[in-house]
Amino acid sequence: MSVDKKTVAKIASLARIRVDEEQQEALTGELNQILGWIEQLSELDTEGVEPMTSVVEMNQPLREDVVNDGYYVDRVTKNAPESAHGFFAVPKVIE
Amino acid sequence: MSNLTHLTIADAIDGMDKGDFTARELTEAHISAMDETRELNAYIVETPEIALDMADASDKRRADGKAGIMEGIPIAMKDLFCTEGTQTTAASHILEGFVPTYESTVSGNLWNAGAVMLGKSNLDQFAMGSANITSYFGNVINPWQRQGSTAQLTPGGSSGGSAATVAARAAMAATGTDTGGSIRQPAAFSGIVGMKPTYGRCSRWGVVAFASSLDQAGPMTRSVRDAAIMLEAMAGYDEKDSTSVKLDVPSYQKALTGDIRGLKVGIPKEYRMDGAPKEIDQAWEQGIEWLKAAGAEPVEISLPHTKYALPAYYIIAPAECSSNLARYDGVRYGLRVDGESLDDMYERTRAEGFGDEVKRRILIGTYVLSAGYYDAYYNKARRVRTLIANDFKKAFESVDVILTPTAPSPAFGIGEKMDDPIAMYLNDVFTVPASLAGLPGISIPTALSSEGTPLGLQILGKAFDEETVLKVASVVEEAAGFSALPQLIAGGK
Repeated sequence: MSVDKKTVAKIASLARIRVDEEQQEALTGELNQILGWIEQLSELDTEGVEPMTSVVEMNQPLREDVVNDGYYVDRVTKNAPESAHGFFAVPKVIE
Repeated sequence: MSNLTHLTIADAIDGMDKGDFTARELTEAHISAMDETRELNAYIVETPEIALDMADASDKRRADGKAGIMEGIPIAMKDLFCTEGTQTTAASHILEGFVPTYESTVSGNLWNAGAVMLGKSNLDQFAMGSANITSYFGNVINPWQRQGSTAQLTPGGSSGGSAATVAARAAMAATGTDTGGSIRQPAAFSGIVGMKPTYGRCSRWGVVAFASSLDQAGPMTRSVRDAAIMLEAMAGYDEKDSTSVKLDVPSYQKALTGDIRGLKVGIPKEYRMDGAPKEIDQAWEQGIEWLKAAGAEPVEISLPHTKYALPAYYIIAPAECSSNLARYDGVRYGLRVDGESLDDMYERTRAEGFGDEVKRRILIGTYVLSAGYYDAYYNKARRVRTLIANDFKKAFESVDVILTPTAPSPAFGIGEKMDDPIAMYLNDVFTVPASLAGLPGISIPTALSSEGTPLGLQILGKAFDEETVLKVASVVEEAAGFSALPQLIAGGK
């Protein structure tokens, strides 16, 4: 499988990374080189093999469903590029 | 006082216990060593004032009889571990200026054990790279040079700053993280010891995430004993990381008995690569001889799916990276580049904030996870991962450890292999399979290449059997007697 410029533009938009026309061209080549190399996995028969979900065989730990952390809005918003009244502030999204 | 920077952790602790010198003196010696070796660009931020405060507090604890196992030892902290009150960037522009309001579990464990922070060491951006050439804060330079040449070599990556500063005697040890080889390969390139413990042994909480099913923290030191001491301080169950394992942390130093008689050492035939430099094979053969001489038994084994490990890794790691790095959106922390709309702001922020290799991996990851390709790529890679883990499981039915080279070449020059991402990825051919299987591994320096630069051997073990790995490593270390020093070193050679 390979990607064309249009696909690269679509992936970039899904990943929310601005990529201009010129970069799309270069990235198409680079991504195809990597995807072409990855393609060798297709020669391997994996019929009936379970996809790995966890590398360590263990049960997921459970804990009481209680609030055990929090109540420090100042610390949470301290690194925000913009915050106001204890909230993160973003550009206007509703007209 | 300059010879203080040549001590091992074990010797420094003895020296301080005996009152030969204080943690403050040891820390001061390392602060001048950092000054002297600044050309290596091993640190993104140096924290000498914090170090001196921590050293004074450490001297007081020792005087009060409350010394921890790393008491007074000055170390570098890879700038992937969140440190409360000290900038943490993952070597990226997008996190430039981010000052965590919390401490990662592993760094906290080290401070609780008495360690002293010298600074935050440089790395490949978001730990993605094998040469430390993708950092927003510049390349790290290997303190080693080829014989008769002053050309700059890479220290390996991603934990390149950690490796370089430990090799240059500007830190007694450093933390690293290893996703596909990021502790072991730079340790080999820089002539030091680097250990990736079993996945789940060290908490990932507070470590900037790259590929969560693979990332694991570990020690980078100048001796196997030091790695054992430091791992004991770093490891342990953490309820804040649901993949951290509830197992007691043994006293790893006790495992260093030197007795490996009767142990079976697997030699995987698939790791003999066509076209690998002859000296890599020679170093490997030498390692086999050393273990034989110590009474262990080499056994040829087969790990048949080895060749598929790298391509599977380059689906799984980018897939997880694309998901993990979605959080950098210019809203909660780090860089924001204004745009005409919210989406435009996201896109401009991420375009400017991420480096080229990071973007490449996010895009590959987004593609392999996108509708229509998820099964062909991502699920396929997860199936291959199962096969690779099964290879190791089967091998470990008949052997106790596995011995391999760490990397397929010695350190290469900065600028080499840069045009071809796949040539760069091949650096991790011997380290990635064990990462996919979650197994512990260590790299020990054993020889010099024909160019006069270090070569490393890797020992892999069963899950949570770091003790046997360390035991065998210490035997190899003893036999190798590696004592060569790099050219660019604090205090001169």
